[in-house]
Amino acid sequence: MSYIPNTETDRAAMLQKIGVESVDELFRDIPQALRYPDLRLPQPASELEVLRELAEISEYNLDLAHFPCFLGAGAYRHFVPSIVGHIIGRSEFYTAYTPYQPEISQGTLQTIFEYQSMICALTGMDVSNASHYDGATALAEAVLMAVSVGRGKRRKVVISAGVHPEYREVIRTYTQGMELTIAGEELAPLDATALAKLVDANTACVIVQNPSFLGYMCGLPALRTLAEATHTAGALLVVSADPISLGLFAPPAEYGADITCGEGQALGGGLNFGGPYLGYFACKQAYVHKMAGRIIGQTVDRQGRLGLVLTLSAREQHIRREKATSNICSNEALMALAAAVYLGALGKNGLRKVAELCYHKAHYAARELSAIPSFTLLSDQTFFKEFALKCPAPVDEINDYLLEEWNIIGGYDLGRDYPDLEDTMLLCVTEMNTKEEIDTLVEALRSMEESL
Amino acid sequence: MKEPLIYSISSPGRIGVNLPECDVERAPLPDSYVRQDLPLPEVSEVDLVRHYVRLSQLNHAVDKGFYPLGSCTMKYNPKVNEEAARLPGLVHTHPYQPADTVQGNLFLMYQLQEFLKEISGFSGVSLQPAAGAHGELAGVLMIRAYHESRGDHKRTRMLIPDSAHGTNPASTTMAGYETVQIPSDAQGNVNLEELKAHCDDTVAGLMLTNPNTLGLFEQHMEEIARLIHGCGGLLYGDGANLNAILGIVKPAAIGFDVMHFNLHKTFATPHGGGGPGAGPVGANEKLAPFLPGPIAFEEFVQEMCDCEEEHEAEEGCRYELRMPESSIGRLKAFYGNFGVCVKAYTYIRMLGAAGLLQVSQDAVLNANYLLSRLKSTFPLPYDRTCMHEFVLSGRLPDAPDVHTLDIAKRLMDFGFHPPTIYFPLIVPEAIMIEPTETESKETLDAFAEAMIQITQEARTDPELLHSAPHVTPVSRLDEVRAARQPVLQCLKG
Repeated sequence: MSYIPNTETDRAAMLQKIGVESVDELFRDIPQALRYPDLRLPQPASELEVLRELAEISEYNLDLAHFPCFLGAGAYRHFVPSIVGHIIGRSEFYTAYTPYQPEISQGTLQTIFEYQSMICALTGMDVSNASHYDGATALAEAVLMAVSVGRGKRRKVVISAGVHPEYREVIRTYTQGMELTIAGEELAPLDATALAKLVDANTACVIVQNPSFLGYMCGLPALRTLAEATHTAGALLVVSADPISLGLFAPPAEYGADITCGEGQALGGGLNFGGPYLGYFACKQAYVHKMAGRIIGQTVDRQGRLGLVLTLSAREQHIRREKATSNICSNEALMALAAAVYLGALGKNGLRKVAELCYHKAHYAARELSAIPSFTLLSDQTFFKEFALKCPAPVDEINDYLLEEWNIIGGYDLGRDYPDLEDTMLLCVTEMNTKEEIDTLVEALRSMEESL
Repeated sequence: MKEPLIYSISSPGRIGVNLPECDVERAPLPDSYVRQDLPLPEVSEVDLVRHYVRLSQLNHAVDKGFYPLGSCTMKYNPKVNEEAARLPGLVHTHPYQPADTVQGNLFLMYQLQEFLKEISGFSGVSLQPAAGAHGELAGVLMIRAYHESRGDHKRTRMLIPDSAHGTNPASTTMAGYETVQIPSDAQGNVNLEELKAHCDDTVAGLMLTNPNTLGLFEQHMEEIARLIHGCGGLLYGDGANLNAILGIVKPAAIGFDVMHFNLHKTFATPHGGGGPGAGPVGANEKLAPFLPGPIAFEEFVQEMCDCEEEHEAEEGCRYELRMPESSIGRLKAFYGNFGVCVKAYTYIRMLGAAGLLQVSQDAVLNANYLLSRLKSTFPLPYDRTCMHEFVLSGRLPDAPDVHTLDIAKRLMDFGFHPPTIYFPLIVPEAIMIEPTETESKETLDAFAEAMIQITQEARTDPELLHSAPHVTPVSRLDEVRAARQPVLQCLKG
């Protein structure tokens, strides 16, 4: 079963038209000694068998639909309205290619144009592209863009330790051939004042994550001061932000961001074990020609009717080759569609409501958990849906206990990335966590603490 | 626009989803952080559904008709793949769950790595890259890391044939190398004399697509590999055209050191209107330690089972994620586009070795059949047996005013998606056609007849082509205006 309609009769007629005796003759340019190697793959399975096999494989996972979960750390469990799956499941969308031929791709083009508009609405930025692979690669592309805006002369990147540790690793991977200096990670996460002191004439950009990886929000006055210092030095301020938080909190444009990007998975994407996700990316109008990726723009057809096309392609690899702003070609269009449907369904009131549910539930959980003796909050700073909890035992041990005794998936071990945050757990609470789940977590940790 | 913008069907007070009430005590909101305005649309669920359904109907798609976009492998996307990727036990898993709670996912990743190793002949595969170009960046960074690890710092140039995809030189620049373009010869192969002239100890490697973008298998493959390896360089394979050689030849056997796979082309995962794809990268023993990570490993374990009544020793495999020893690092957060990998796994399991071989045989048969039907009507710059695709020229001798763009637009009136046009750059007025194995002879015949009819129209009624398309939701769009007067969102004028 190879989904091939050709019959033996078809094949014979086609070979005759081509003028060869056998299909083998078509492969004569391939070295004969290497032709037709043995492929040791499992025997083919029927559709029934393969679905059974996959269902069985999936049973070796603990499925979060059945276990309360307090993990976040860059991948978030939010409610996905039913409409999202139905729309992205339409094969007119998912079996189309990049909309190179606009006259027969107005569906995809308009969904992305509306996505770009809604990303601008969320972030307060002027322009958005059609997507990056994920939040980490969007941020790495922001670094490349900032270096390019500085005409390659500015070789330093100041980055807060409050940026997702894996995002910082991806920036290092992307820039390993570029001889950049990376500074700022040794400072306390989201200490905007200390970060500002590192900015100099060699700095291409300053990167902060807000809310930070630890969940905390940076105050607007401190961010505005950082933006001012950054701009005075001629560098760009890059903000990585959880888009759900932007349903409630000030958009990065309000405190001086030049580029706002981040992980858009929370907008209608599932957890999917880490991918496919959605890198959203938006910037000020002045930098649009340095932006990477696809951009959709409005124009008219020959009758003067409005229509949409891929535009500003002179930035891209298929036109500019080695001088392109980036090598990106495929992006995450279908995930951008999911985000657009999600934002359309929630609208201005729904997104605010989801953000508020996260905020109130996370604060309820933080208050209750920190009331247990020997559990304390790392900080009393304002936070959104995640917070760091100092624990009386190693996080791994607590998580094992929560899973084995209470069927709860606990939080993220911050000691993995921050050596001075040993025994500190990053907990995430969203609208998916009921009060009952939170109370059970509190009860579990209380009983563990009593048995210590 | 046929369909109004979402903002114009918005009305204050509407909402498209029913959300729960807050079941905990509210905490005070920090007013100084809270935003004043959130300019998102307000739309009811029924209006939203109709909006998107109507938009979907403005698209051409593989599920609607023939999509012979060269170098994109727009084959049919089996529905079972979609079912598999939506299994709740796979979808609802968090990337930071403890390894013991996601053994199913890790097994699946490990198996897919093994399948791709077997198909390609490489000794290591990483599923990290999210797309083909992402895999290219991985490969070039691996080549760089390899030379650096040997203290070989002189190598700064990457050789790239002039027929290559634009992503190759763009990836090269991102990795900090200089691109040197190598011309093609009259048969559509890499020009060997030019290649030789550039082979020295400053060469990091050669990026080669084989079959190349002309749809031709490189006839001097052994000589090219010998030249590149002889000067200390490495051979990168752009796997965009792997659909032609599954089970026909292993890329590692013809000299490639590292190559990316496009799961969204070769392994039938859908293109999603531009993505998500997946671009796993494979490497031989020399380069495998540098693969991006983490990747899945299998461990044989012996453990006492203390469950139930019988205390028997239970043996089995355990899977975990680790970074390769000299890894270039992470290329994205988490572990690659897992959901896409599930679809590719499903496809390979359904086809097996015999099915994959059949795929390439019929992809090549279909392309050669279509070529045989069109070669007397259109100029054919390289008259050879093609692989899975071929390149014609739209420069018709007796219709000088007609261009490839006109032919492409006119094809839409027949219900076909046009082929890739104006690429590769070395063919003037290029028309690059890739039918794939999932199209029937009847479809190929109908497409050939439309192409032939269009050449007749080009001579008798060129205006019909210049004004095409005629039956689409919009007519030809002004791309120059879009770039000169950019309107990139609908909130600002």
